[in-house]
Amino acid sequence: MANLSNCNDDSNNNGSFLKIPKIKFTKLFINGEFVDSVSGKRFETVDPRTEEVITEIAEATKEDIDIAVKAARQAFDSGPWPRMPGAERAKIMLKWAELIEENIEEIAALDTIDGGKLYSWCKAVDVPEASNLLRYYAGAADKIHGEVFKTSRNLHLYSLMEPVGVVGHIIPWNFPTVMFFTKASPALAAGCTMLLKPAEDTPLSALFYAHLAKLAGIPDGVLNVVPGFGSTAGAAIASHMDVDAVSFTGSTETGRKVMMAATMSNLKPVSLELGGKSPVLIFDDADIDKAVDLALFGILHNKGEICVAFSRVYVQEGIYDEFEKKVVEKAKTWVVGDPFDPKVQQGPQTSKAQFEKILSYIELGKKEGATLLTGGKRFGNKGYYIEPTIFSNVKEDMLISQDEIFGPVMVLSKFKSIEEGIEKANSSKYGLASGIVTKNMDIANTVSRSIRAGIVWINCFFAFDVDCPFGGYKMSGFGRDYGLEALHKYLQVKSVATPIYNSPWL
Amino acid sequence: MVDNGVSDSLFKMPTIKFTKLFINGQFVDSISGKTFETIDPRTGEVIVKISEGTKEDIDAAVAVAREAFDTGPWPRMTGVERAKIMVKWAELIEENGEELAALDTIEAGLLYQFTKFEIPAAADMLRYYAGAADKIHGKVLKSSGQFHAYTLMEPIGVVGHIIPWNVPLMMFFTKVAPSIAAGCTMVLKPAEQTPLSALFVAHLAKLAGVPDGVLNVVPGFGPTAGAAISSHMEIEKVSFTGSVETGREVMHAAASSNLKTVSLELGGKSPLIIFDDADLDKAADLAFFGMFFNKGEICAAGSRVYVQEGIYDELEKKLVEKAKACVVGDPFDPKTNQGPQADKNQFDKILSYIEHGKKEGATLLTGGKSIGTKGYFIEPTIFSHVKEEMRITQDEIFGPVMTLMKFKTIEEGIKRANNTRYGLAAGIVTKNIDTANTMSRSIRAGIVWINCYSILESDIPFGGYKMSGFGGKDLGLNALHKYLQLKSVVTPIYNSPWH
Repeated sequence: MANLSNCNDDSNNNGSFLKIPKIKFTKLFINGEFVDSVSGKRFETVDPRTEEVITEIAEATKEDIDIAVKAARQAFDSGPWPRMPGAERAKIMLKWAELIEENIEEIAALDTIDGGKLYSWCKAVDVPEASNLLRYYAGAADKIHGEVFKTSRNLHLYSLMEPVGVVGHIIPWNFPTVMFFTKASPALAAGCTMLLKPAEDTPLSALFYAHLAKLAGIPDGVLNVVPGFGSTAGAAIASHMDVDAVSFTGSTETGRKVMMAATMSNLKPVSLELGGKSPVLIFDDADIDKAVDLALFGILHNKGEICVAFSRVYVQEGIYDEFEKKVVEKAKTWVVGDPFDPKVQQGPQTSKAQFEKILSYIELGKKEGATLLTGGKRFGNKGYYIEPTIFSNVKEDMLISQDEIFGPVMVLSKFKSIEEGIEKANSSKYGLASGIVTKNMDIANTVSRSIRAGIVWINCFFAFDVDCPFGGYKMSGFGRDYGLEALHKYLQVKSVATPIYNSPWL
Repeated sequence: MVDNGVSDSLFKMPTIKFTKLFINGQFVDSISGKTFETIDPRTGEVIVKISEGTKEDIDAAVAVAREAFDTGPWPRMTGVERAKIMVKWAELIEENGEELAALDTIEAGLLYQFTKFEIPAAADMLRYYAGAADKIHGKVLKSSGQFHAYTLMEPIGVVGHIIPWNVPLMMFFTKVAPSIAAGCTMVLKPAEQTPLSALFVAHLAKLAGVPDGVLNVVPGFGPTAGAAISSHMEIEKVSFTGSVETGREVMHAAASSNLKTVSLELGGKSPLIIFDDADLDKAADLAFFGMFFNKGEICAAGSRVYVQEGIYDELEKKLVEKAKACVVGDPFDPKTNQGPQADKNQFDKILSYIEHGKKEGATLLTGGKSIGTKGYFIEPTIFSHVKEEMRITQDEIFGPVMTLMKFKTIEEGIKRANNTRYGLAAGIVTKNIDTANTMSRSIRAGIVWINCYSILESDIPFGGYKMSGFGGKDLGLNALHKYLQLKSVVTPIYNSPWH
């Protein structure tokens, strides 16, 4: 990767030589146009590698949300999008997917400087996932089926699967691209129109995608991208009387506010994908080296800023000591630094707020009496970098064991029997993901049914697939993203009944 | 012979046998010792005292439901075994059909000839879901990588059901049948106006073999027992049918407590649109039934009737004739067409809406008054010259009050039909296939009845659009999904001969 100017100074260990692309899109995207906010307000988006401002972005507040909802409402009630056959919507979505593929490097760079994510991952995984999601749901758009029902009387009965209408999407900052398309793709395929509020920390790629959407042929008003803050723009979406459904991914606290706003306004249906404190249970028969890799990847991938992170690692006592030794050794070799550098495994935390929160949980862990095995400190003196951190001798009721930290902090414990493992795994208010490491079929079957979590990864981690539904149990939320399941969030079921006469069968 | 309000009825009221809370397989007094009275709407008099569940009782019920789910047999039985018990329960219900029918009639004022049909329909619902219990499928997924991935459909856990008073036993089984088939355990709060049939069938559940703790029935009031359910930290899901205002409170409580999943089936102001090509007599029958069935106390009632101008005058005449011929009286009397409203609150509310309608300037074609001095009887009432923005056109009255309007074109019909914050049901009367297809897709409502009305069956999903609710449908296989959680399981595979 030869390159041009070095746009950040060298206060992080490695120089990165990628030229930051010019930021082309910084305004709200409403009704097919990039516009300033009504109030003229703007906010800054910061590069977490350097703590410096990248650029200013137009800030949507309630008035802008109102305008965007009007455009989306018009586009739904009388515009072409829901009235097109599924196959035509699919063509446009595929075109959009192609345009994204033509611009992978630029978009990947945007997510890297906005979110501190590894450039190599963004290029190879995150941005291509946008196209995958668009293609998957494009392929489903012309196969959305209602049912014809059996009846105990002379009736012809069927259900129509109708687009629910104007949808509000509120997405987080940890996977700006994947989150955008996780929400937008099924909603578009279903024939809905929408507002999407990207996180204030990471608006850049969303606005670029909006530009490409227009080029692809998405009609004006169908997709409106409105960067802004949760307490203003997000709240305006969740409480809008003319938004038919809202889909939210983010923290449990904010999810609660979204549900409350929906309750107090028009009782719009809500889907929430919230936090987690996901456990991985590593059994005695595990290959220890592979288990160590899995566990570390499980907490350090994307600098621990993943809702499904394996933040609680339970190792069966037979292999605990060896595991602990190896995982600490491996963690010490982990390369933290500039996310453009291909040697780096862990970039900076996304924002100052996250950075401070993680460090304060680390202090809390020490105070609560857990043993700090490695890490625990800031890395370097510029940018939001934190060392990979592992605590042991952790009690279940410690806050570092119960609360979602959302950073590179592993909590390591021991367990004896399968029953104890299950009990510990389930002792959380969350229920998002879980992992099991074993080759024993009976253990795998029993434990996968016993852990109360929305996804169980056996001998793997982060094995997402567009066809595989994903969502939480308990306070990790409700509703499912991915798979054909996700379409249901954006469809309404209408039953239609009419008497029939002289039917040769019933 | 029991006191029969306004008419002679020779019906012998059975003794009320079950008046306590049903928790963990036992009938028990409430912890506080409180009781409340259930009233006969034919006379306004007390039928009997019932134990009143409050927060402590809900806590006790949830604790046993939790235990029954986490360690008890019910979710661990095969679907087939659960089905056998549900079918046994259905048989016991049918054996006691007349007594159960009498309980719903005397508490809610439902016509006895209807409740005698309601009870077997409820039993059939148990059979329907029993038949599905061993056919609940997850999926094996396609994967673009080397993974074996599948979904498990798991019972969601402890469910809270809060049901209304308008069709008590039907509501009970609409909620209980799918959740019990799915393997859940539950706490059900019947409406305070109508606890009797719920307690009786709880007794029958035990006889049928439903294990202790699986089904708990706790009569009580919304602000106490209902609120305790919606805000309970150990309940995974709450399923509510009732008014919009109370539905909002349920959702609020769920959001403030443990973010439990919520499904709401709320009110409606459903339109019935009658086109020029309709058979006038059939249309009149349908419109009358759609509004006045069960004294208008049906969430899906066709309370806004739009008649295309070509046939308006004649249809208006026929509807008024029908209203005047309607016999309002004791619901046990086979000659009666319409019983009393379910309670005094409803009665007062309906009468005040009627006054409102007059004040707003609508024309009162027939009815408008209460009947007699005892009980909650109201004349079938029809308003015409109604404007869209009048309260009697926008608000759900939940009583025997029809608003009758004229329309010209199909576009106008669609626009006016959709001019409501609700979206529960709609009816269309026409033989024209194009009109039927266009209208059925254009009306924003959860069920569209074409040339029929109020047809509900076990296999037909039922639930609202807009402010008529959300969270999955009642009835049909869809209802099972309200009580199931989806879990994805993923594991790498090696050496697979195909992908």
